[in-house]
Amino acid sequence: MTAYIIRRLLNAIPILIGVNVITFVLFFVVNSPDDMARVQLGVKRVTPEAIAKWKQERGYDRPLLFNGRSSGVGRLTDTIFFDKSVKLFAFEFGRSDQGRDIGYDIRTRMWPSLAIALPVFLMGLATYIAFALLMAFFRATYIDFWDVVLSVAMMSVSGLFYIIGGQYLIGKLWSMVPISGYDGGLDSIKFLILPVLIGVISGVGSNARWYRIIFLEEINRDYVRTARAKGLSELRVLFRHVLQNAMIPILTGAVVVIPFLFMGSLITEAFFGIPGLGSYTIDAINSQDFAVVRAMVFLGSVLYIIGLILTDISYTLVDPRVRFE
Amino acid sequence: MGYTERLMVVFPHRAALIAVAFVAGCSGTPWNNPYPASESGANILYSSFSERPKHLDPVQSYSENEYAFIANIYQPPLQYHYLKRPYELIPFAATEVPRPRLYDAKNRRLPVTADAGEVAYSEYVIRIRPGILYQPHPALATDESGRPAYRDLKPGDLDGINAIGDFQRRGTRELVASDYVHQIKRLAHPRLYSPIYQLMSEYIVGLKELARDLARADKALPEGGFLDLTRFELEGVRTLDRYTYSIRVRGKYPQFVYWLAMPFFAPVPPEADRFYAQPGMAEKNISLDWFPIGTGPYMLTVNNPNRRMVLERNPNYQGEVYPGEGEPGDDAAGLLKDAGRPLPFIDKVVFSLEKEQIPYWNKFLQGYYDASDIGSDTFDQAVRFTGQGDVALTEDMEARGIRLQTSVATSVFYLGFNMLDPVVGGYTERGRKLRQAISIAVDQEEFISIFRNGRGIPAQGPIPPGIFGYREGEEGINPYVYDWVDGKPRRKPVEYARKLLAEAGYPDGRDATSGQPLLLNLDTTTTGADSKSRLDWYAKQFEKLGVQLAIRATDYNRFQDKLRRGNVQLYFLGWNADYPDPENFLFLLNGAQSKVKTSGENASNYANPDFDRLFDQMKNLYNSPQRQAIIDRMVEIARYDAPWVWSLFPKDYTLRHAWVYNRKPNQMANNGLKYQRIDPVLREKLRREWNRPVIWPALLILIVLAASVVPAIVAFRRRERATATLPETGAGR
Repeated sequence: MTAYIIRRLLNAIPILIGVNVITFVLFFVVNSPDDMARVQLGVKRVTPEAIAKWKQERGYDRPLLFNGRSSGVGRLTDTIFFDKSVKLFAFEFGRSDQGRDIGYDIRTRMWPSLAIALPVFLMGLATYIAFALLMAFFRATYIDFWDVVLSVAMMSVSGLFYIIGGQYLIGKLWSMVPISGYDGGLDSIKFLILPVLIGVISGVGSNARWYRIIFLEEINRDYVRTARAKGLSELRVLFRHVLQNAMIPILTGAVVVIPFLFMGSLITEAFFGIPGLGSYTIDAINSQDFAVVRAMVFLGSVLYIIGLILTDISYTLVDPRVRFE
Repeated sequence: MGYTERLMVVFPHRAALIAVAFVAGCSGTPWNNPYPASESGANILYSSFSERPKHLDPVQSYSENEYAFIANIYQPPLQYHYLKRPYELIPFAATEVPRPRLYDAKNRRLPVTADAGEVAYSEYVIRIRPGILYQPHPALATDESGRPAYRDLKPGDLDGINAIGDFQRRGTRELVASDYVHQIKRLAHPRLYSPIYQLMSEYIVGLKELARDLARADKALPEGGFLDLTRFELEGVRTLDRYTYSIRVRGKYPQFVYWLAMPFFAPVPPEADRFYAQPGMAEKNISLDWFPIGTGPYMLTVNNPNRRMVLERNPNYQGEVYPGEGEPGDDAAGLLKDAGRPLPFIDKVVFSLEKEQIPYWNKFLQGYYDASDIGSDTFDQAVRFTGQGDVALTEDMEARGIRLQTSVATSVFYLGFNMLDPVVGGYTERGRKLRQAISIAVDQEEFISIFRNGRGIPAQGPIPPGIFGYREGEEGINPYVYDWVDGKPRRKPVEYARKLLAEAGYPDGRDATSGQPLLLNLDTTTTGADSKSRLDWYAKQFEKLGVQLAIRATDYNRFQDKLRRGNVQLYFLGWNADYPDPENFLFLLNGAQSKVKTSGENASNYANPDFDRLFDQMKNLYNSPQRQAIIDRMVEIARYDAPWVWSLFPKDYTLRHAWVYNRKPNQMANNGLKYQRIDPVLREKLRREWNRPVIWPALLILIVLAASVVPAIVAFRRRERATATLPETGAGR
């Protein structure tokens, strides 16, 4: 397994370089260093000298990808791309265009993101599986029918509607929890109830329906019939056999998102005033802070690759037939 | 009967469950209170911010959301009177508002009435009050031997320190004149970007040379080395004694005194620069840009712009009292009741991050924010128009005791013509009449009514109300767009605009020579569904003349680029005043400020020699009838040339709760927190009243869910107990 993981990590390097190049090109197709300087410096009394100074201080006064004035390797290394990208591979994110240490900001802001994402993930997974098993158990009955109708209805509703509706109903009309905000330590619990609840409920429709399909596929297999023929109870059949065998597709979807939990949710964090990495990314995009954008894209890519590797590893845990060798 | 008691009557068997589940409710603090219970009843003002401030260093900061904090922390020499209108400068740290001493090129003193041409230098001598102390701060802390406690930090000294509050020792010292001199030197610091450096280097004697010397010295330093400004002299700025300093500016520059009320000229102790420059500070984001040090009424004690920022009363602040004079009506409005009482009134101000308008508004209605602006989304909930067309609060707002305050902003929004454009620009009758016709056709009154809910005043020229030079009534109308009828301005009829258009060579909106329809391009950054109706409205205004309007939506960067290159025909822009002087608006039309030629603020590239000549005269005059006369002539020239469609002066509507006192909109001063007072007892009472938890719906949902499980359990049991049978008999089911 170690060799497999090393191989996968080595494979990740060209992927990360590719992601970096694409991010760089896309960003600078839309924005020039002059544009970035103007956004950072504000709209009033911005002089060409100030723009030049801003670019020089942050290393944006060099060519983007190829420096014709340098010689040898310098043609490639004395560029904005090289200067801004190479340190990423050592996880040195440097300073944002506003001058703040990005690594410090990421370390600080990932915890609020996790505080929402982790409970949503765990509670959501439990809820969706329970709901899907219920539908599978009552397949082809009115309960299954109405559950499917409810699921389709729920997945048709925009996530934003859940947020605004939840804030209005639970926070405003019923005055049960704060509408938005965040605090540290145990005080954060009262702020997390609503976003976590909304996060779980908004995912019920699509996830329960997806897991139901997985369970129904399993439930018609021969081994299930055999289990029933042995006289096992339906509950035992479902939880002992069907659930275990349905874990591979579930894990495919679930494990890959675990590393992403750090990255936070863009909309949820904005509406609930959660100071996580989701809002950090959005703020950076809005303020054209390339240093933060590229750091977050790079981090996202790394986490995605880790997620895929974790998924592969998890297969071996739930299915003894899967071996890396 | 409280909610809990009522529930126990309705669901007696669940009393224990309720008691456990909702024990928090018994404390009396509303469940939805976003603030710690310990703050209940405290003398704290709650506000919000939607965007993290980029800079808190007074030499770099230049935006409103940043001034909301630093204007309450720093203490420039001057400030604006909180209540009086028109806006009036009064001393803050200074003992009086300085009057410039004028000198000729041979350094001979000139009378204050001297002509601008004779004046080579103006000197401002500023004396500050003795006894002003800095807020407690580690940069000023000393050890037992009286030496700076945190001067030469070694590696490891910053372990466990992540914010300024983590330093154990704090100290203070008296504010001295040299701190102001130090800050002016910081304008030229090569590692800081001051947005006014370029402007000030044209005026402050020696600033340009200082910048050059500092840049040279900075290059000689190792990377990140400390650049000690105290080793450098600034020719035009001198410390005269412990409490007095002088600033020498080139020529006659009456507006300079307004800059002395801005944080750019607030004091910064040299110790702060030395303290923050130490190794390891920047890596922990501990900098003056993040943790200010001031002598003002408040100090920043929590700076987490991802969540909340907290200003607390500076324990060393003293000597300022609530004003005893205001404008007519202030006494009746209760704004003078606290006259003579020491400032500030509020102990702590908590700013919470609130990015979205909806949760912000709902929390205001719950009493968790003390005041609120009114957005377009919430306007109808808050405001109604009476039968007479007056603005009033809705019944719901009135029932809550909420008060409405309105004020005209010292800002102007306009639709600009690019005067370099061959079609809409130029100074011939053809271009002028085309612009005048469009100015008439674009019905600002309708725009304000439809898209701004009445929150604005149609502009008659570039100078908004409240600024010297603005004229009201008949003498203040734009005669090229309005007629004075029945004691009020009335927009000229569209027929007249069509006539002007025909005279311009576009009868019925077609080029008289080619017969082609006139197509104009409007560049705008406002895109998306929300803006569509607004842009469609503009197109319809042009259609009244038969002119086609093409909307070219573009992003902000491209838009700015087009303006700089002069590649626009029509565009939207606005301007917020830096200071309440007509020069700060009329310079937007000064030829020397042309965007294309000089990257200035004159985006229309308007250049009328008469206007420019009068501008040069006007900017050097103090407010006087002579200055008013020149302004009148300038405004007349601009109205005639019509480089802008004078659109509107925005009107701000703000709401405050009944427990907030002494809140008066002040468009120039950003340090208004110290004047405000709250009644925390009333707030607490109303918060509890408005936020009683309603738990029956949650219980009902739980019951419905529980009830829905019953048939499932029954079905499950039936299935589990069912015996296998042959399908054709159906027995055993």
